[in-house]
Amino acid sequence: MKEIHVNSIIDSIKKLCIDSNYYLPEDVKNAILNASSNETWPMAKDILDKILVNVDISREENVPMCQDTGMACVFLKIGQEVHITGGSLEEAINEGVRRGYNEGYLRKSVVRDPIVRENTGDNAPAVIYYDIVPGDNLIITLAPKGFGSENMSQIKMLKPADGIEGVKDFILNVVKEAGPNPCPPMVVGVGIGGTFDRAAVLAKKALVRPLSRRNEDPFYSSLEKELLKKINLLGIGPQGFGGRTTALAVNIETFPTHIAGLPVAVNINCHVTRHSEIVL
Amino acid sequence: MDKVIHTPLTEEKVRGLKAGDKVLISGVIYTARDAAHKKLVKLLDYNKKLPIEIEDAIIYYVGPSPAKPGNVIGSAGPTTSYRMDPYAPRLLDKGLKGMIGKGTRSEAVIESMKKNCAVYFAAIGGAAALMGKSIKKSELVAYEDLGSEAIRRLEVENLPVVVVVDFYGNNLYEIGQREYLESLK
Repeated sequence: MKEIHVNSIIDSIKKLCIDSNYYLPEDVKNAILNASSNETWPMAKDILDKILVNVDISREENVPMCQDTGMACVFLKIGQEVHITGGSLEEAINEGVRRGYNEGYLRKSVVRDPIVRENTGDNAPAVIYYDIVPGDNLIITLAPKGFGSENMSQIKMLKPADGIEGVKDFILNVVKEAGPNPCPPMVVGVGIGGTFDRAAVLAKKALVRPLSRRNEDPFYSSLEKELLKKINLLGIGPQGFGGRTTALAVNIETFPTHIAGLPVAVNINCHVTRHSEIVL
Repeated sequence: MDKVIHTPLTEEKVRGLKAGDKVLISGVIYTARDAAHKKLVKLLDYNKKLPIEIEDAIIYYVGPSPAKPGNVIGSAGPTTSYRMDPYAPRLLDKGLKGMIGKGTRSEAVIESMKKNCAVYFAAIGGAAALMGKSIKKSELVAYEDLGSEAIRRLEVENLPVVVVVDFYGNNLYEIGQREYLESLK
């Protein structure tokens, strides 16, 4: 049994909030660099290069890359040998978010009620997912999610008869409809299977997988590559001004599903695909 | 070569801008997002005076991150414009000449822009630290309770934007994508 005090969870969450908003993960930066060197359309190349300058300014000056510093999405893998001490785990996570967004000069973008819309003033609460896993580690992944891209996401309950072609058409349509709105180049997270809710969570989890890593199943790995190629032939381009680079990657995650169903969720992210991780 | 625009954005200046032009804006602009737009339009409903000079003005759809000590403002990139579509024509009718945001606009907004001789610019979404560098002064004007959504008066120098929809109704989102795809043939 390993004991982890909530204070170390608060400190970790605070650091993850700040780091993920200031420092773009290397895999995402490399994907933009690659895109820039493959981009032939002058306006598109100009935009990608400005995006890279922005990444460098944020890193050097310790300021957020985007003013939308997102809603904090927290994924926990809790080893079943871990015992959390000193208080509530959920409260520790939310306290870490409060401190991170306050001390890191990050924007507070969360409203207490979706209809009444009063700002909570501290960006809490976070959206938290708990997975219990073997072992004695606590792995925390934090991904601040901006809503320019979140608003362009969709879910659909396809029929089994729609098959692979139905899945491809749906994903391409979501990207086409999103167009310039989600700040392309985008990252496309896809969840296929499970239930209505599981598909959406898979799509969100797909967005924290490094862009350099393909799905381990060769069938889905080649589907990811095929879809990326098709998306980058749509012509939307960086910021929607035209060009090759509409998406940096398509990440697909799957789960077994029911004989009657084929749920597909597409969670769109922008080029500021932020996430950072810590192991306690 | 970038075009240079100094505010106020008069009709004559709007007529000189074409979809696809890269523009550097200097002068005074105002910030407003969803919540502030709702309040502005409510004032118009009751024939009350707006808290900003709307004539020949530019509104930037932005909710900046908080300024670090010693800085004028935090990161300040554009938010998605379509959420302001229900309100924009009312402000255009009152003399608003420029809007800065990102993403598509409704037909109603574009028709209103043509009627009122206005222009829609896009800034680079997500390049917010870079955009913040062009902002030299920031002053709260109204609705402090809205936090980052409050209306601010910004003094900007060479704020980099691109004309997306010009006064003639030309749309870079259509033209740019079409020309790129034709270049592949």
